[in-house]
Amino acid sequence: MTVVAVIVTALLTVAGGLTLVRIIRGPSILDRAVATDVLLAVAVAAIATEAAYSRDATALPVLVVLAIVGFVGSVSVARFAARRDPK
Amino acid sequence: MTVDAVLDTVAGVCLVAGALLSLAAGIALVRFPDVLSRMHAAAKPQVLGLLLVLLGCALRLRSGVDVTTLVLVGMFQLATAPVAAHMVGRAAYPHHDIRRDLLVTDELAGDLDRLRARRTGGPEGAASRTAVGTPGPASGR
Repeated sequence: MTVVAVIVTALLTVAGGLTLVRIIRGPSILDRAVATDVLLAVAVAAIATEAAYSRDATALPVLVVLAIVGFVGSVSVARFAARRDPK
Repeated sequence: MTVDAVLDTVAGVCLVAGALLSLAAGIALVRFPDVLSRMHAAAKPQVLGLLLVLLGCALRLRSGVDVTTLVLVGMFQLATAPVAAHMVGRAAYPHHDIRRDLLVTDELAGDLDRLRARRTGGPEGAASRTAVGTPGPASGR
């Protein structure tokens, strides 16, 4: 299981870094919203992997909260961006 | 091999597969050209990747309360990810962020043309269409 934890940590670190690149460079606010959603999915995967590795269910409610917050965040950003004047 | 070892191995495979999907989405976010194609890539870790990771976590924890919580997270994500992606796509459409030359077919453009024709024809139909709540690109702003 330690091997799995190391592999997953490496993969998720690279994925999070690439997502951060898009959040920084993203030409529009919607690119950043999409990238933030992916970053949140990476965080959920990391927390779930930690819970699976240590067989410790303490962090599971955090997953519920993260799922809800991600939805509300990306919907509100989309509504804000839709209200801008189209070019 | 005992049952425990088999379950742990399956859980490890699920976790690694979910992390690989996250990595694929990260690479695609950097390399893909516009919002719509990035959204297409971003939906994979949010749905399949997350379900695989939650399945791996459930196979490892194996108690009733924890599995219920994980099922709750998965079902919530399944219900909300399409809604969020739909709203982002609708918001991205009227701007110049999307590459129209990459679209094979643009079904929303036909809908918008019909909407515009109806609005110039009679104001009632247009008013009932724009009152739905989704801020459509052709809602007269």
